[in-house]
Amino acid sequence: MNKKTSWMVAASMLALCALLLTMACNKQSNTEQSSNNMSQTTATAPVATPIDPATVATVNGTVKFDGAAPKAAKIDMSQDPACKGMNEAEAIVVDNGDLANVFVYVKDGLGSRTFDVPKNEVVLDQSGCKYHPHVLGVMAGQTVQIKNDDQTTHNIHPTPKDNREWNESQPPAAAPLEKNFAREEIMLPVKCNQHPWMKMYMNVVKSPFYAVTDKSGKYEIKGLPPGDYTIAFVHEKLGEQDQKVTVGPKDTKTVDQSFKAAGE
Amino acid sequence: MCSSKGNSLSTNPAIYNRAHHAFAVFTACATLVVITAGALVTSNDAGLSVPDWPTSFGYLVKVPQFVGGVRYEWSHRMVAGTLVSLTLAIAVWTLLVERRRWLRWLAIGAFCTVIAQAILGGLTVLLFQPPWISTAHATVAQTFFCIAVSIALFTGKKWVEEVPRVEFDSRRPSLITLTLLSILVLYLQLILGGMFRHHGMSWWPHVLNAVTVSFVLAWTAVRAISVYSNIEAVRRPAIIMLSLLITQLCLGFTAFLTRVAWGRDTAQPELPMVVSTVAHVAVGALLLATTVVLAIQVWRHVPVAFAERVPQAQRNASPA
Ligand code: HEM
Repeated sequence: MNKKTSWMVAASMLALCALLLTMACNKQSNTEQSSNNMSQTTATAPVATPIDPATVATVNGTVKFDGAAPKAAKIDMSQDPACKGMNEAEAIVVDNGDLANVFVYVKDGLGSRTFDVPKNEVVLDQSGCKYHPHVLGVMAGQTVQIKNDDQTTHNIHPTPKDNREWNESQPPAAAPLEKNFAREEIMLPVKCNQHPWMKMYMNVVKSPFYAVTDKSGKYEIKGLPPGDYTIAFVHEKLGEQDQKVTVGPKDTKTVDQSFKAAGE
Repeated sequence: MCSSKGNSLSTNPAIYNRAHHAFAVFTACATLVVITAGALVTSNDAGLSVPDWPTSFGYLVKVPQFVGGVRYEWSHRMVAGTLVSLTLAIAVWTLLVERRRWLRWLAIGAFCTVIAQAILGGLTVLLFQPPWISTAHATVAQTFFCIAVSIALFTGKKWVEEVPRVEFDSRRPSLITLTLLSILVLYLQLILGGMFRHHGMSWWPHVLNAVTVSFVLAWTAVRAISVYSNIEAVRRPAIIMLSLLITQLCLGFTAFLTRVAWGRDTAQPELPMVVSTVAHVAVGALLLATTVVLAIQVWRHVPVAFAERVPQAQRNASPA
């Protein structure tokens, strides 16, 4: 092959590459709109065990953080102009020693009781490129409605151990996604890969007896039938601590808990 | 103990084609760009920012809102798509102009590898990045890079036109054994690094094997440089391999500090971690490819002297 022919072959190869790329430009089926179908069908739940509302008890309390609170990690949202807001991570949120975002639930003591799955949905909102709330409780089979209030596309990607994994994107102004989780799972991480600081934790439980501590570290679990229970306090970074409590009819018991910094 | 006769890789008829070689070099360089783009995806944890595949938000090529993780994932898909086209072109071109049968097969192999790589990339997105698939994607990427670099080497003027200077190797282990062992431990290192990077394994097997890699590669390089310093085709890749090894060890320690020691509690991937881990991946690819080039050159220039294979007269022949 002489020099001229070689360069002609070179030119035609580049033209072939360009042609392939152009062909690839054709629009494929649009999957941008995430489906809003329920991702997992709930197994037909057995009839709920009745609870006498006249005897129910309440457990409440405050969760504290012992020692100096670690400085919140800074978030840099500059990679997306649509993201604004407080630029601090919510891994450990402590205010005056009160610890927020602790998931508190009845881990043991309910025996074989079953509960109706609530008809109302719990809402997970994405706004300011953060999840609201950062820690969420939901019953197995209950609908989680996921909204995007940002002017940017998010992808919602739960990484469960015991539930089905999924990953869907949600453009601005898209209809909310409606999902549910079939199996109990505590501190199920959810993240957005477009905005890697966006992380939250879903807690899927079998009973309605759960709460998440607020900014003042407070929680309240109402409507408990009298009995002996194990209450679990779970934090995404600080781990789990359990306490036993006995509640009589109409009791209100205070169960406080404190966490130390990991490694202390 | 020198001879002017090369071994089987160089005895096939070949004609140097400048444009073909230039295109092969370009494809090899493009591969390094794609590997770097892929490393940026992993280091920025952006692999699943585009949930669909082979489309991206429903389109094959339509620029999405270019923010956050999408910038990395989408760009990686586009440069990888371009590389598939380049590979198809180099394969077709090789079939058209190349007389060496084995090189035609290598070009077909390159195209099959790039297709397998694209499928692995798709699978890792659709199956939510299982560590083994992501690691396979990382390993096949570097295998493809080695193939692309080899094609560039085999189509080069030097390879095609030179009469190779040959020195028989009577040392044990032979230099070719050492280079092949180097490739083996580097592959193991790549798999262990990939498994750690993709959350399938702890970091210590990779760091432990780095000791083996350092030992084997240093032994190989020192042997090549000290005994065959007169053969440029062997000396050069050996020196580059040693320099890349040292660079890679420094980058490995930096990646360890930024990812493991300091990076645990960061809210998002931070620049020092991204830069050091991406550089560590890219230099790792260069190191593997250089070692493959060294092995090929050793195979060509320093074959093993088997008493029965090499007639005495030939072993005593003077340099070409
Ligand atoms: C001896 C030569 C070495 C080679 C060839 C090598 C190669 C590699 C490769 C190819 C990867 C990425 C795999 C992928 O593509 O997913 C990797 C990851 C990694 N390597 Fe090495 N490595 C070496 C030494 C070291 C050393 C000495 C250390 C630490 C002391 C180290 C620490 C790491 C870390 C922390 C990662 C993961 C980076 C991340 O999380 O993104 N490496 N290595």
